[in-house]
Order: sequence, then C-alpha cells, then structure tokens
Amino acid sequence: MLLDSTLRNRGAALAAALMLGTSPVALGAATPDDTLVIAAKIDDIVSIDPAEAFEFNGIDLLNNLYDTLVELDPERPGELVPGLAESWDVSEDGLTFTFTMREGVTFASGNPVRAEDAAFSLQRVIKLNRTPSFILTQFGFTPDNVDDLIVADGNTLRMTIDRPLAPSFVYNCLTALVAAIVDKETVMANEVDGDMGYEWMKANSAGTGAYVLQSYRPSESYLLEAREGHWRGDANLRRVFLRHIPEPSTQRLMLEAGDIDIARDLTPVDVEGMAGNDDVVITDDVGGYIAYIAINGQHETLAHPAVLDAMRWLIDYEGMANSFLKGQQMVHQHFLPRGYLGALEETPYSLDVERAQEILAEAGIETPINATLSVRNSQDRMEMAQSIQNTFAQAGINIELSVGAGAEVLGEYRARQHEITLQAWGPDYPDPHTNASTFAMNPDNSPDAGLTGILAWRNAWDPEDLHEMAEAAVMERDTDARRAMYEEIQRRHRDDSPFIAMFQSIDQTGMRANVQGFHTGGAIDNATYWLATK
Amino acid sequence: MTTPPDPVSIRPRLWPRLRGVAGVLVALAATLLGLLLVTFVIGRVVPIDPVLAVIGERATQAQYEAARLSLGLDRPVWEQFAIYVRDALTGDLGTSIRTRTPVADDIRRFFPATLELATLATIIGVILGIPAGVLAATKPGSLLDQAVRLIGLIGYSLPVFWLGLMGLLLFYGILGWVGGPGRLSSGYEMMFEFDVPRVTGMILIDTALAGQWAIFRNALSHIILPAGVLGYYSMAYISRMTRSFMMNELSQEYITTARVKGMPEWRVVWVHALRNVQVPLITVIVLSYATLLEGSVLTETVFAWPGLGLYITTALFSADMPAVLGGTVVVGMVFVGLNMFSDILYRIVDPRAR
Repeated sequence: MLLDSTLRNRGAALAAALMLGTSPVALGAATPDDTLVIAAKIDDIVSIDPAEAFEFNGIDLLNNLYDTLVELDPERPGELVPGLAESWDVSEDGLTFTFTMREGVTFASGNPVRAEDAAFSLQRVIKLNRTPSFILTQFGFTPDNVDDLIVADGNTLRMTIDRPLAPSFVYNCLTALVAAIVDKETVMANEVDGDMGYEWMKANSAGTGAYVLQSYRPSESYLLEAREGHWRGDANLRRVFLRHIPEPSTQRLMLEAGDIDIARDLTPVDVEGMAGNDDVVITDDVGGYIAYIAINGQHETLAHPAVLDAMRWLIDYEGMANSFLKGQQMVHQHFLPRGYLGALEETPYSLDVERAQEILAEAGIETPINATLSVRNSQDRMEMAQSIQNTFAQAGINIELSVGAGAEVLGEYRARQHEITLQAWGPDYPDPHTNASTFAMNPDNSPDAGLTGILAWRNAWDPEDLHEMAEAAVMERDTDARRAMYEEIQRRHRDDSPFIAMFQSIDQTGMRANVQGFHTGGAIDNATYWLATK
Repeated sequence: MTTPPDPVSIRPRLWPRLRGVAGVLVALAATLLGLLLVTFVIGRVVPIDPVLAVIGERATQAQYEAARLSLGLDRPVWEQFAIYVRDALTGDLGTSIRTRTPVADDIRRFFPATLELATLATIIGVILGIPAGVLAATKPGSLLDQAVRLIGLIGYSLPVFWLGLMGLLLFYGILGWVGGPGRLSSGYEMMFEFDVPRVTGMILIDTALAGQWAIFRNALSHIILPAGVLGYYSMAYISRMTRSFMMNELSQEYITTARVKGMPEWRVVWVHALRNVQVPLITVIVLSYATLLEGSVLTETVFAWPGLGLYITTALFSADMPAVLGGTVVVGMVFVGLNMFSDILYRIVDPRAR
C-alpha cells in the first residue's frame, strides 16, 4: 500500500508516542493509548462493500465506516433513531416514504452528503444484485424499475414500494448495512467497465462513518482512523486496529498480557480460566444465531408428524446448555431470537424419552428408524450432534453422523439432499420478518422453484397458512398486533414444522478492565467502536 | 594475456551444460504441471462448492448461477485447467475467491512471513542439531547420547500445537520474556505499516534496511518463540540423522587408520568424518527447510502468524482453488528450487559429483 506524506508523519508521531507511553518492558506489550486493539477471527470476510457484505465480521467493520438513513441506537438496543436522514414520513396509502436528509454532513472525501448519494447507494445495491440485495428487493425493486422508484428530489429521498408494508419493517430494513450511504462521486470516479466501483470497493471505503478505512489486509488485519468533525460527535479513540487471531486461547493470552484490548472469540474454557483476573472483564450478550435441526420433508418416515413430535422430546436441551455449551448457547425453542419483536422465551420441550416412545407407539410408527444427521466439522456442532445421536437412539431413532466442512454441509442442504441437518441461522436485519420469511414462508415448494435461500423450501416443507400469516404480519401497521401475530406464528411453527429450534447463541467478549463503552450489538445490532474509551 | 579458447574444444563442454540447463527447465515445468494437475483434480473431487463460500446462506439460485458464471465454473474442467495454466504462464495466478484479491498479491503478503520463520527455524535447527548429533555419535550409549536421543524423541512425538501454546504460556504469558503472537506488537505493527518501505516483506530484513531498530527488536522478540518451536523439530530431525550418518562413518576403516596414525580425536571426528557426511546432511537440511517453507499451519494458527500454511489451509476449507493452486505453485517451485540448490552444493562439497 502506498502511503502519502501525512500518513508517514502520523506514523512518526505514533512512534514518538509509543516511545514515551509504553512500559519499559520494551516488548511493546501495552496497546497505544489512542488505539483500540481488537482480536477476532475474521477470515470469514468475503467483501467489505455494503452491497455485498453479509458475514458478521464484515458487517461489524462496515457499521463503523458507513451510516444509514435510519439507525439503531447502540445504547438502547432495537430503538430507531435518525441517521443520515433527519426525519421521515410515509404517505396515507403506506406506499411512499420520504426521507429528509441531514444538512451539513460530509463524506470522508469532503464531498457533501446529498439525497442523490442516498438514491445512488440504494440503486447500486439493486443493480449489483449480490446476496444481501434481497433486503431491499423485498420492497419490489428490480434493476429495471429502481431508478423510478427511488428518486432524489432536492434535499429529500422518495421511495415507493409495491405494497403497503408495516413502516417499522421498512425502517428496520434500512438500518441494515446493505442500505449504507456511499459517496457517489468517489465511487463512480473509481468505476471500471460499468462496475459501479465494485472492484475498488473491495479494499476501500467511501462513507460518512465515524472511522475511515486506513488499511485492509484480508485474513490479517484492518486499521481504522477516526474522522474529525463527525456529525454524531467524534469517536473517542483515534484508531481501531483489528488483528486476525484465529486461535481463542491465543486471544486469551494476548488479552491477559495486555497486548490487545478486546478478545471477541473466547471459548467457555478461556472465560473460566480468566475468572479472578481483575485486569479482564467478560461481558455476555445474546447473539442472533439460532441453532436448530431440520428434517427433509421428502423423507416420508422422518417427516411424519408423530416422528417430528417425538424428536422434539428427544433432545437434551438443558443437559447440553449446562455442560459443553455453557456460556455459549442458551435454550431457545423459537425461530426469533430474544431481542426481536415477538420473540418468545418459553421452553415447553425437554428431554422425555418415555413420552417420545408413547407418541411413536400411538401413531403406529415402527422402530428402529435409521437416519443420517449432517453436521459441520466444528467442535460445538459435533458435540450437539453426538448428544442428539445418543438421546434419539433411546427411542429407537438411530442416527448416523455425516460430518463435512461448512460449505459442504450447506451445499447438501441447499440441494435438498440431507435427511436431518444441524444448522445455525443468523438474522440479516433487525426485524422479525428476517427469520419469519425463511423459516415460515415458502412461496413455491416445487423442486423446480429452486428457492435455495429459503429454509422452508430446503426442507421441502409447505407452511400452508403460516405463509399467509407471515405475509399479513409484515403488512400489519400496529406494533402490538404485529407482535401478537409473530407470537402465534412461532408457537405453531414450533409445534408443527420440520424445524426444531434448540439454542440461541451467547457472545462472550473479553475486555481489559479499562475499556468502556464497547458495544457488540448483541442479537439486533452490530459492533460500534466509536463510543469505546480506555 | 590468455589465448582465445579453441572453438572446437568449447563445443563438447558447452553442450552438456546447455543440455543440463534445458533438462532442469523441462523437469521444472513437468513437475509444476503435474502438481497443478493433481491439485486441480483434487479441487474438483472435494465435495465443497466454492460458489457457496462467496455468496453465503441467503443467496437466491439466480445469484448462485451469476456467481458461478463469473468464477468461470460453468466451463468444462479441462478448459478451466487450460485457462489456468495459460494465465499462470504469464504470471497471473488468478483472483482468490475468498479474499477477492489477486492470488499473486496474497502470496507476496503471506510467503515472506513463512520464509522468514522457516529460515530462522532452520538456522536454529542446524546450529544445535549438527553438533548434538556429532557429539552423540562419538560416545554412543553415553549420558550425552541418551540425552540427545531423548530430546529428539520428544521433538518427534510432541504435537507442535501443544508445544507452541505451552511455550507462549510460559515465555510470553508468565515470564514475559518474548513478544506475543503475531509478527509485531500492535503499536509496532502500525509503525511498520507507516514507516517502513516494503522491500522483501520479511520484517527483520526490511526494518534493518530502513534502520528501524525499535521495530526490528520487537519483530525479533515475536519471531524467536515460533522459530524456536519449529527449530526444535528441525533440530530433532537433523540431530538424529547426523548421529546415524556419523556412527556409520566413524566405523569406516579410514577412521581407524587416522586414529592409529595418532591424529587428534577432534580432527578425526570434526574434519575427516564430518566432511564425509556432508552430502547426505545437505539433503536432510534442505528437505527439512523445504518442509518448513510449505508453512506450518498449526504453528501459524497458534502464533497468529500470517503465513503460507494458514493461507492455503483456509483456502482449502472454502474450496478457494485459485488460492490453493497459487500456493501449490509456490511450494512446488520452492521444492524444485531447493533441489537444484542442493545439487549445486553437492558439486561444491564433493569432488566426485563434479
């Protein structure tokens, strides 16, 4: 990476600061005072372009480089606050949304933020048509019509959608980083062969965020530098340096030695090992991942309602959560994670082998039943699978484990070739529809439909009227009524679908005791670096 | 003043040399092509779909097809291979599916880290391993011999992962004698980013060239432990092999003759016998060096060392074939190159091979 002279000068200043500020240990153990140093495993990042990024670590980075029209308040989870739009309004018929842009905001390049940039950003997502674009195409946008449906008019952005959706749903979707506002002039100045800056955005940022991307080395590190005069108020720490540290125990050692400020991938063993260390604080946040098993509807015996029902009573939810999953997962039996509108915390199912046997006998199901459970080769998933194998066998359901790499198991699942699969699903935007649309909706169950992105389709399951109920819920404008609808959908889905939700993830973050104000975002939001102090 | 050589006398000498060079080049090309072919086939046989690594869970079938098309995976396999080889010949190793950056750039970033580590580890292995092996061979069955064999045996049987973590815990976590994981501490990493021009990509060399001694010292404190761990394994191998070569050599008749003639024992061992085991020793050292240059994925994981082994392994798990193939080409070239290098060394140390 070529560096201009200002950067070199900053480097010299940093060097001087280090000489004065660090301890005489001389091995540089202390982190620089103005820099937040984070260790995380970031080799999942495929893209840092808002139009394409979909992995958690990539989204966490983007949250600090870009802003959206509507935002979530990092300190009050789930609460919508104005972002680059100062205010917004929706027409009587619920089809036209108008956003008034905040005045006086500039991009890192110095260019002013205009409604035109906002329109360009959203249109760019639709036209590039990468994975996360579905968050916006739900409103009826296509590459052909988006220029007419999203229009900049002076200081306002007008967006027309195809059906009267719940406004809260629309706003929630717009907080997702796929709707981040990018600097049209800068991006288009770097366009190659009509790619709308796609190549350039692989390694650069063009946003209004609290930080600017200084360097990005895939699977190695990224360095962010705070902007001065940010509209939200300047970031507390001048730099953020994130290092790719793949091994959790290595993260732990570095945290204890003070070589990093934050460790994001600790295991329960590491957390337990650090108990009693006053220099380190552990925070628990609920994460967004739901661990579940799903049964392929094409398998007649396995998909029999009685067999599915028996399986729900054959999982040792508590036993797993209190042993090898302790600190990592909590029992959760519905498809919406805690923190979402309509999420349910009740856990009606527990391990009850006799009951499962009765259910099978009453329905006249002959045992043993043989089945294959596909699972990816990570330790926690394998342990879950082994526990399930053990308890299923007690009622005569003999499981053979089929272990593969993540992409391999996913490939089989998308092709409807699994029998039973153990999976985890993370929400894509902070609205209940994100999971309802995939767990409880399936517009066309035929094999030729190829709706590989939809979980119900992958399991060859037709949700019947649940589909309509979910569609009605996303149109409901009254929040309380909407909540009640999702609660009902989830209860029915829990008792009567080929999905068995088991756990919700917990994120344990290790921080040096002097670090304050770092938010992981939990199940709903993404990591915010700009409020952190140390 | 020399007289110009007679052209007739040149020809017979030049020809075999040229033929030798051509032979090496053909061997190099054949080796690399074979290596690529095998890797390519393996890449097609593994049941991992590279497209899924790029597009993620939520993508629609249309997006899947578009990604597949843009990656060129819709073409017949032999055609993909031909395109790959054609591009590779012009130095274009393709673009990594996962990191979206040119594979050549990735390798330029990751290989120097491995090269630096492997070189230092090999130096440690040679400096400790050869004397240990020689000393053990001179007094077989002695306490010293037992100790060398025990250390070697431990080196063979301990998992590197465990040894690395324990080393970190002791020397970094508890004693604080060495720098932690990674090539530099965070503050120095940023200084390196801003202040040191990249010449070789090896931090010790680049900082020395730039006169940045503070960063150099920090880098040294970071590399010493992983290099020590890998060097230990290298030492275990080299000392065992040295011992067995030397035992064999010391039982030869000329050694007895030298001793009978009253030659000092140190001269018999360190000059006469050691000189004669140079050739097999070179093979052993070069092989051990080449193995380290492939990158040691476990060591690199524990020490968060951004090296080639970690790069290729991560790429394999997401079926990122351009990255795997690029890494394979580099490893293949390292092997072939080191083989040629050891051939040259043989000729220097052994007059019979000239």
